[in-house]
Amino acid sequence: MGKQTALHASHIEANGKIVDFGGWDMPIHYGSQIKEHNAVREAAGMFDVSHMTIVDVRGPDAKAFLQSLLANDVDKLKETGKALYSGMLNNNGGVIDDLIVYRMDGWYRTVVNCATRDKDLEWMTAHTKGFDISLTERPEMAMVAVQGPEAMGMVQKIKPEAAELIDGLKVFQGLPLQGWFYARTGYTGEDGLEIMIPEDAVADFWTQLIEAGVQPCGLGARDTLRLEAGMNLYGNDMDEETSPLQAGMGWTIAWEPSDREFIGRTALEAEKAAGVPMKQVGLVMETRGVMRSHQKVIVEGAGEGEVTSGTFSPTLQCSVAIARVPTNTGDTAQVDVRGKLIDVKVIKLPFVRNGKKLF
Amino acid sequence: MSNIPAELKYVASHEWIRVEADGTVTVGITDFAQEQLGDVVFIELPEVGTEVTADQDIAVVESVKAASDIYAPLTGKIIAINDAVVDAPEAVNEDPYGEAWFFKMELSDASQLDSLMDADAYAAACE
Repeated sequence: MGKQTALHASHIEANGKIVDFGGWDMPIHYGSQIKEHNAVREAAGMFDVSHMTIVDVRGPDAKAFLQSLLANDVDKLKETGKALYSGMLNNNGGVIDDLIVYRMDGWYRTVVNCATRDKDLEWMTAHTKGFDISLTERPEMAMVAVQGPEAMGMVQKIKPEAAELIDGLKVFQGLPLQGWFYARTGYTGEDGLEIMIPEDAVADFWTQLIEAGVQPCGLGARDTLRLEAGMNLYGNDMDEETSPLQAGMGWTIAWEPSDREFIGRTALEAEKAAGVPMKQVGLVMETRGVMRSHQKVIVEGAGEGEVTSGTFSPTLQCSVAIARVPTNTGDTAQVDVRGKLIDVKVIKLPFVRNGKKLF
Repeated sequence: MSNIPAELKYVASHEWIRVEADGTVTVGITDFAQEQLGDVVFIELPEVGTEVTADQDIAVVESVKAASDIYAPLTGKIIAINDAVVDAPEAVNEDPYGEAWFFKMELSDASQLDSLMDADAYAAACE
């Protein structure tokens, strides 16, 4: 038996099929992953993401610490609550983890992956030297992502006291209210909220959302939704051996100001100067079959690449994948699917945003 | 708990076998198998007339989660396939023992049936 979130009993009650995920007992689906996926694209679904790790960074040097630790620059966060997506890199420019950082009132909140928690905390702690800061994990906070075109309205109905705050939230902004934290972020390509909630209040909130018609969704739908939205999964689409420049994360690297010495900068500059050999793209297979991670991609005249995440897309009704391919790849390729070479279209990610096909 | 009808026979690779009055058999995958696979999105079946050997992989089920080989439970010839389940693979999740049969076989030798598990043995194998 793994670690359990404060919603474990709620998952069992909703017929969640429980699997191990990074040491946690989490629901993979509650009956049909496709039905859950479609609920998020068309109305509203919710995910227990309490297994994710919240780490607060406080102290006079919090900003300088994060400017050194992260490839993106927290100086871009001009107002309270604004959030930033960033890689945390090692000295070789490999990705230790990807995370979200929120600017709070004089301090910062980061949310990192659960499977990487131990090494993240170790890395962060090891780099506090010379900075007057404290790192505080917040295991007492549960987290629920409510996603989909109707998600914010549903939350506003159940939490009228937060209605005004939610109306005022910009995309990628989060604000606290009465011990809760409402952020307009997500991992689905739909509008919605990620809400941090004191553990003892989360089960009631979950039940109210179910009663309001919000579909509980498992890790399965979370994966197909994020893949359609062209969002990376740590460990699949990037890792410590992969440069963010080859994993579609170039936009998350703040090169300016040029004197900001973030960890990994020297390695990335050398890589850029030498020419980045691979790039991240989307693949669409319009014939039968499903692309899966680690399958080989063959690009005539350019070389070989690899599928980093592949699935069947419930929205597009065909297989889609995120892949790393040679930089000079054009708009077609082939994928080796169980021994058969199948033609695929190469597109710029994402596949789907706000319920609409984008290619 | 998954549904394991008493009137069917089973193999450990999670196919069910129904012995018809004329001695042919109908094959599909069990409720336990469809639960493990999750939403089924594609099915590839062998061609009618193919001679198959027990334990040979002859079909593929792709779910959102994974691809899974389907094995011939017995030795013989494929005499029919279910085109309807190829066109509507979600039937495997909805009605694995009914509408979503995969193929029918003519057996090379009826004594093979003795090697199949009954519902109790299969239930024990799933635990």
